[in-house]
Amino acid sequence: MSGSTLLKETGPREVFCGLTSIVWLHRRMPDAFFLVVGSRTCAHLIQSAAGVMIFAEPRFGTAILEERDLAGLADAHDELDRVVKDLLQRRPEIRTLFLVGSCPSEVIKLDLARVAERLNESLKGQVTVLNYSGSGIETTFTQGEDGALKALIPLMEPSQEEQLLLVGTLANAVEDRLFTLFKRLDIPKVASLPPRQSTELPTVGPNTRVLLTQPYLTETARCLKDRGAQIIQAPFPLGVEGSKIWMEAAAKSFKVSNSLVQTTLEPLVNRANEALKPYKNQLSGKTLFLLPESQLEIPLARFLLRECGMKLLEVGTPYLNKELMQSELDLLPENIRLVEGQHIEKQLDRVRHHSPDLVVCGMGLANPLEAEGISTKWSIELVFSPIHGIDQAADLAELFARPLHRHELLQKNNKLFAQV
Amino acid sequence: MELTLWTYEGPPHVGAMRIASSMEDIHYLLHAPQGDTYADLLFTMIERRGKRPPVTYTTFQARDLGGDTAELVKGHIREAVDRFKPKALLVGESCTAELIQDQPGSLAAGMGLNVPVVSLELPAYSKKENWGASETFYQLVRGLLKNKTKEEIHISRDWKQEDRKPKVNLLGASLLGFRCRDDVLEIKKILTEYGIEINVVAPLGATTTDIEMLPEADANICLYPEIAESTCLWLERNFNMPFTHTVPIGINATNDFLNELFGILGMPPIDPNNVYNKSKLPWYSKSVDSNYLTGKRVFIFGDGTHAMAAARIANEELGFQVVGLGTYSREMARPVRLAAKELGLEALITNNYLEVESAIEETAPELVLGTQMERHSAKRLGIPCAVISTPMHVQDVPARYSPQMGWEGANVIFDCWVHPLMMGLEEHLIGMFRHDFEFIDGHQSHLGHLGGNEKQTKSLKQNNDDEENNLSSTNLNSPIWTSDGEAELAKIPFFVRGKVRRNTEKYARQAGCRKIDSETIYDAKTHFRA
Ligand code: SF4
Repeated sequence: MSGSTLLKETGPREVFCGLTSIVWLHRRMPDAFFLVVGSRTCAHLIQSAAGVMIFAEPRFGTAILEERDLAGLADAHDELDRVVKDLLQRRPEIRTLFLVGSCPSEVIKLDLARVAERLNESLKGQVTVLNYSGSGIETTFTQGEDGALKALIPLMEPSQEEQLLLVGTLANAVEDRLFTLFKRLDIPKVASLPPRQSTELPTVGPNTRVLLTQPYLTETARCLKDRGAQIIQAPFPLGVEGSKIWMEAAAKSFKVSNSLVQTTLEPLVNRANEALKPYKNQLSGKTLFLLPESQLEIPLARFLLRECGMKLLEVGTPYLNKELMQSELDLLPENIRLVEGQHIEKQLDRVRHHSPDLVVCGMGLANPLEAEGISTKWSIELVFSPIHGIDQAADLAELFARPLHRHELLQKNNKLFAQV
Repeated sequence: MELTLWTYEGPPHVGAMRIASSMEDIHYLLHAPQGDTYADLLFTMIERRGKRPPVTYTTFQARDLGGDTAELVKGHIREAVDRFKPKALLVGESCTAELIQDQPGSLAAGMGLNVPVVSLELPAYSKKENWGASETFYQLVRGLLKNKTKEEIHISRDWKQEDRKPKVNLLGASLLGFRCRDDVLEIKKILTEYGIEINVVAPLGATTTDIEMLPEADANICLYPEIAESTCLWLERNFNMPFTHTVPIGINATNDFLNELFGILGMPPIDPNNVYNKSKLPWYSKSVDSNYLTGKRVFIFGDGTHAMAAARIANEELGFQVVGLGTYSREMARPVRLAAKELGLEALITNNYLEVESAIEETAPELVLGTQMERHSAKRLGIPCAVISTPMHVQDVPARYSPQMGWEGANVIFDCWVHPLMMGLEEHLIGMFRHDFEFIDGHQSHLGHLGGNEKQTKSLKQNNDDEENNLSSTNLNSPIWTSDGEAELAKIPFFVRGKVRRNTEKYARQAGCRKIDSETIYDAKTHFRA
């Protein structure tokens, strides 16, 4: 794809900040705690995005800065020490503590790296304290995970061992499945980052080949490369095609014989294509508009265009990392409209102008668009759901087919609805 | 610095958004980073609104900070005014922008916009959501009315002289407020019956023109003091508008409210015989079926207004015993403390839901009236619960008409408080009969695995079935439960079991008795009854 169709837009944005990643990261690593150092807004953001009331004591929290901290009446570092000590006393099961920077902590230049270092000294290995930024002035939504994973890399032991490292949070069931499949491909060792226990970190070294499961891990990939690992170039494992190429790329880097790859994957591919059919029928020819939010927009657009026959009106992305996205972009036709950045009002003008069959957007926008008669799919759901891999392709398609199906159902069965 | 795992209230600018979104023709320019746009979902997902909040976020980024953020702000203001053409513009900042001090309010004021600008200063590091809503409503009303003189607005409060109906404003209802939409309908309906006209409802559904008409009413009705009291006070000072202080939630409060209002308007007080039948609550509460409600121990926590109203209803109208009362609204701490004192209690004023949860555990109530968070705590403790207050959850915006205020509100309250109690009783019966063959494997309790399950209650009390274990692990002052004692305890309904356990232990300690068996339980029962 040439750069000529890449448009850039600036203006008011409607995206989450990197803190939101905590919503899935804390579930992935039950022995870790995420302590945001920020404001009441930050606390409210996470609980609103997570809908967390169900948890007795969630494994994340916010050290809320108060007037005294800002006025210098209390030393913010001392205060943070106190909060951390209280927390660890209450929650002795915590093994890794992430101090997560926010806009306010960054604007007042609170040095969380220094705090983490000091705490690590005083805690003497009982708990590992790490830090990264999830602030909205630096990061969007999924970028928070990039920061958290990057913070774990220095703790990874060096090793010469040949291994495949899957990087990026996956649903546990999906991960198990992928492990099985890579085993069938005779790949000697497969590990993942983040691990299921924060203390059971994988190793890294020159014989580590990194296969990214998520498209938003720019910094993590860079740091792993610095530790000697090789990054496997591939599209992301969404849809049958993407997942297949993704697995083939891994197999190739381990010099797995072509015939083994084909005999292993072919039945899966055939079955998945079969499962995909009914959804393809529903989605084919329907128009799609993706608003920028999760960074999954480009791989999703590729899947929905190439495998489900949808028509792409616009593909938004909060930012574009051309290097990581290259294999994806190669699969997209020249003429699609790819927009980096956002001007939410102008973008919504375009949505209304095109009146697409389906819009992928954030939770704040879904109901207003539905009220205008436009079907929507929230992007945040895509980050939580098991959608990766060949076997999940039909489930992924179903997520997009459901709102359309529902829309049609209500139109067809409800005479009154059909009139409005 | 305060460690917060979960918070009852959002930041103050979310309060400002509630006012802006409640109204029809204003826009809010919020100087804030991109992540703060999450607040939209509170309105579109929780309140299920089909409209975006009228808010433009400047979404500045770190790279903007080195440059001219003031220009960036002005650009957004210009664009927002051009695009949305509001009748008034609120300008403010969230926590992060407060630190960079761009003063977007003064920037906007200096731009020569042909729309009134109301600059909001909402200290994000010391105040919270309700305060922000209250301050915003007040600043908006003041901003739109401050230049009007009393003469300019035609004011005569003497409706009889003018040969017209009396008219009032309903103030304080807003989006993300508890059942506000229905409360307004109910109060409107009641007042219309008495020939009182509604001049303006604000902020919910109001326009700036409505706000300008506020002084034309004879009185203000302060529906939710958290949101409207400061505005009512200002209108009283500047336009001699009296306002009501009673919040009409419950039969007695609705009655008092009407009498207060009639007094203000110079109307005769109502005949109690006329109101007795307006709601079913008085009769339902009196009917023999409700004997069962007598002395039910209830724990109440919520915003100030709803918690105090609930305490009064529980105490005066349903014959419950209030065993705990508290609020997360610091602004309402004083009246809540007073209300608690009258009930012989010490109010719990806290922001920490874990403190509330342990207070519930401590008092071992039979019913919890709280927020969605207390509903979860109560569920964990196996206690029935009804939700009476914000923070909002999508379940608190029911499709059906279900006010809290007025006569119908009292009906709604009766149903939704008594229902979980009945379910609790059912749970107990199911627990009792669970060894019968009909119940084996089949029954799914609505309280999850906790309902009627004695193991849970025991483990919550951190007690141990194993006597030896008990001996070695607890201090020597604690009496020991024999298996006979435990067996007797198990026969007691789960929702009072905690209380009985504690009382029996207390008695045993007083009586110097080391082992608790079934007799000790009976002794204790007699002792506390005497
Ligand atoms: S954008 Fe910044 S201030 Fe807002 S919630 Fe995210 S980190 Fe906190």
